[in-house]
Amino acid sequence: MSIEVRDVTKRFGDFSALDSVSVEVPGGSLVALLGPSGSGKSTLLRVIAGLERPDAGAVLLDGADVTGVPVERRAIGFVFQHYAAFKHMTVRRNVAFGLEIRRRPRREVRRRVDELLELVQLTGLAERYPAQLSGGQRQRMALARALAVQPRVLLLDEPFGALDARVRSELRAWLRRLHDEMHVTSVFVTHDQEEAMELADRIVVMNHGRVEQVGDPRELYERPANDFVMRFVGPVTHLGNTVLRPHDLDLGLEPDDADGAEAMIERLVHLGFEVRAELVLADGQRVLAQLSRDEAEQLDLERGQIVYVRAARARALAG
Amino acid sequence: MLSKLTLRTVALGYLAMVLVLPVGAIVWRTFSNGLAPVWQAVTTPDALHAFWLTILITAIVVPLNTVFGVACGVVLARQHFPGKRLLDSVINLPFAVSPVVVGLALVLVYGQTGRLGSWLAERGVQIIFALPGMVLATLFISLPYVVREVTPVLREVGVEQEEAARTLGATRLSAFLRVTLPAIRWGVTYGVVLTTARALGEFGAVAIVSGRLAGQTETLTLFVENHFESFDQAGAYGAALALAALALLTLLTMTGLRRREGH
Amino acid sequence: MGVDAARARPAARPLRAAGGGGLLRGLVTTYLSLLVLIPLAAVVWRASSDGAASFWRAATTPQALAALRLTFFISLAVVAVNVVAGTLIAWVLVRDEFPGKRLVNSLIDLPFALPTIVAGVTLLALYGPRSPLGLNLAYTRAGVLLALAFETLPFVVRAVQPVLLTIEPDAEEAARSLGARPLTTFRRILLPAMTPAILAGAALAFARAIGEFGSVVLLSGNIPYRTEVAAVHVFTLVQSDDPGGAAAVSVVLLVLSLLVLAALNLIQRRRTRHAE
Repeated sequence: MSIEVRDVTKRFGDFSALDSVSVEVPGGSLVALLGPSGSGKSTLLRVIAGLERPDAGAVLLDGADVTGVPVERRAIGFVFQHYAAFKHMTVRRNVAFGLEIRRRPRREVRRRVDELLELVQLTGLAERYPAQLSGGQRQRMALARALAVQPRVLLLDEPFGALDARVRSELRAWLRRLHDEMHVTSVFVTHDQEEAMELADRIVVMNHGRVEQVGDPRELYERPANDFVMRFVGPVTHLGNTVLRPHDLDLGLEPDDADGAEAMIERLVHLGFEVRAELVLADGQRVLAQLSRDEAEQLDLERGQIVYVRAARARALAG
Repeated sequence: MLSKLTLRTVALGYLAMVLVLPVGAIVWRTFSNGLAPVWQAVTTPDALHAFWLTILITAIVVPLNTVFGVACGVVLARQHFPGKRLLDSVINLPFAVSPVVVGLALVLVYGQTGRLGSWLAERGVQIIFALPGMVLATLFISLPYVVREVTPVLREVGVEQEEAARTLGATRLSAFLRVTLPAIRWGVTYGVVLTTARALGEFGAVAIVSGRLAGQTETLTLFVENHFESFDQAGAYGAALALAALALLTLLTMTGLRRREGH
Repeated sequence: MGVDAARARPAARPLRAAGGGGLLRGLVTTYLSLLVLIPLAAVVWRASSDGAASFWRAATTPQALAALRLTFFISLAVVAVNVVAGTLIAWVLVRDEFPGKRLVNSLIDLPFALPTIVAGVTLLALYGPRSPLGLNLAYTRAGVLLALAFETLPFVVRAVQPVLLTIEPDAEEAARSLGARPLTTFRRILLPAMTPAILAGAALAFARAIGEFGSVVLLSGNIPYRTEVAAVHVFTLVQSDDPGGAAAVSVVLLVLSLLVLAALNLIQRRRTRHAE
């Protein structure tokens, strides 16, 4: 089930949330909508879902125009950031909801719910109420609920945003595995570029209601289309007028050619495998360099030491 | 510690003088001649008719104002539009208007001297001095209660659960009924109890609108006044006690519900 | 990771248009118009249909003026009494502990639940001609005051209680530890916090008191110029087939209530502004 968004515009009063946005999501892929708050990514997701109507443009599911079709008839699955659990229903009733709406026979509903609970590893918690579950469990329930009606498309709005770091990373891995198993076309919204890079086949980077770049994680990282994408998708530092990735800087103890700028190490941060060097140039400019532990050891770096900084690879801007 | 005791005594003393003792007095007075005369007085045809008429009016008014209350709650909690504050104020009007003014207002609109009234009278529809007028009066004065209770609860519950239900295939109405309504049920119930109490106890507006024809348009409250003024102590006090008992039942329900919801 | 990654401030979430919008709003507005606005408009129209002079004459007949004046001043007095009593009762209910407190708390709502006519009959039983206490307030202004005090008691109590519940004893204890005597603590810490709630309760109580009918009509004897309140006067005018006069006095009452409620609205809006 492919998704196509064509020239969609959405305004809220004076505020332009989406400005003629076009996006294509190939069937079976896992796509991330990545951007800062206010970039329009959640709005775009909700337009795809049918929870918002665009002021202009069209939404197509598998080539069919569904722009005028209300959300309840689009056969999508939606997972909310704060779970949107039906608080007064048990986990079982929550997951069964979509099936009960469709008046499926009771035995079938029961079977399917049991299957799903097993899939999301919540068997045994079926008779609990959402308030009795942890955040991670609630979100898994929400996923089971969304999957129960076999949606053509799965949409997730910052699904792990309300969870703590450890649960977040567990669920991320788990979601990727689930997707690999089920191959449901999935689109998820996040402001965390690490999450997008880790999970998605393709990333749509958005800012101020517009699409900045679409590509796979590597493309975005190595060939960002513009400044914004470069800054958003990975760490950046400046050397003179050039913008680079911190690990694209070379540090040397000798000023062996004209490029090397003299810098003093203000601070060395050892982060396990990598070492971050906070440098300051003669003119006061602050530069951040990133080395592997071995590289740092080889150079025998110390705080206060003078080193020479050079760009190892010039920043490449995608055409 | 001593001054706390003084405060408590003064407070409870005031309550006793103003609330508690009067209620005790009426119970005592009602049965001062024994149970029999009271029972006889409250089972006369007029008394029974008054009782059932009151119940009937309440049974019509409460569902109407409840549906309105929930609908209005949705409008107030979820929508933003110019004039929203005005809507809010209009809903509060029944609290600010004297019941006799309500009665007067209805007589002016639907009375036979007015244009609408005479138009209706030609078609055999009688509003004033009949059940419809009394229903309208009671609808007016008991209007705000469900709205007031339901609106903040709706705000708290939010729309996300309903949206989730819709993504799962439920229509807007179905999502509201299956997901939101259960979430706000205590607010609705509390509002219904308040509305019922207010409707049962209405006096001033129906006094004007009903014509107080015993056995036809006399509610239980009007019955109390009528029989009190005709010195039928047993009848008046008996009916008053019946209403007081209903009031106490309401109070108990309110307390029970408040504890349930953690008001 | 992401040292320089853009980290925008969370933007305010744009308002989402709510569903079902126009139709529901239309139905709600229609219901309100039919039930509330049109009837009230009829009163205003009737009072003003013969011109301002006629309105003035009808609203200022000697009997009407007496009734309005009586109502206004007694209502003020009642509100004053119930502000003190209500605040005191709220205090005792929140800060004190004694057996039967929950029962007492439930009793506060009795005037809300009890029909006004029953309240009148009840008060007469205790404070009328055959009073077991020997206290006969029938046909007196004191009786009117008593009836109104009964009916408006819950307003201040219920307005102040939640405020007191949210003020923790800590603030008072801190003040006491700094040397403030109990009365000073009350005056400087509690009273300012409670004042908006007290005013709100007082405003609602006043609006209720000036329109009160059922509880007063039996107890006061409705003696013109002595114990006849405005609502009873309106009733009399309707019964004597003077709807124009009734409408005029009603408009005065309406204006008074609305002014009070508008003032309340202003207080509450200022309170929310301060709270932000």
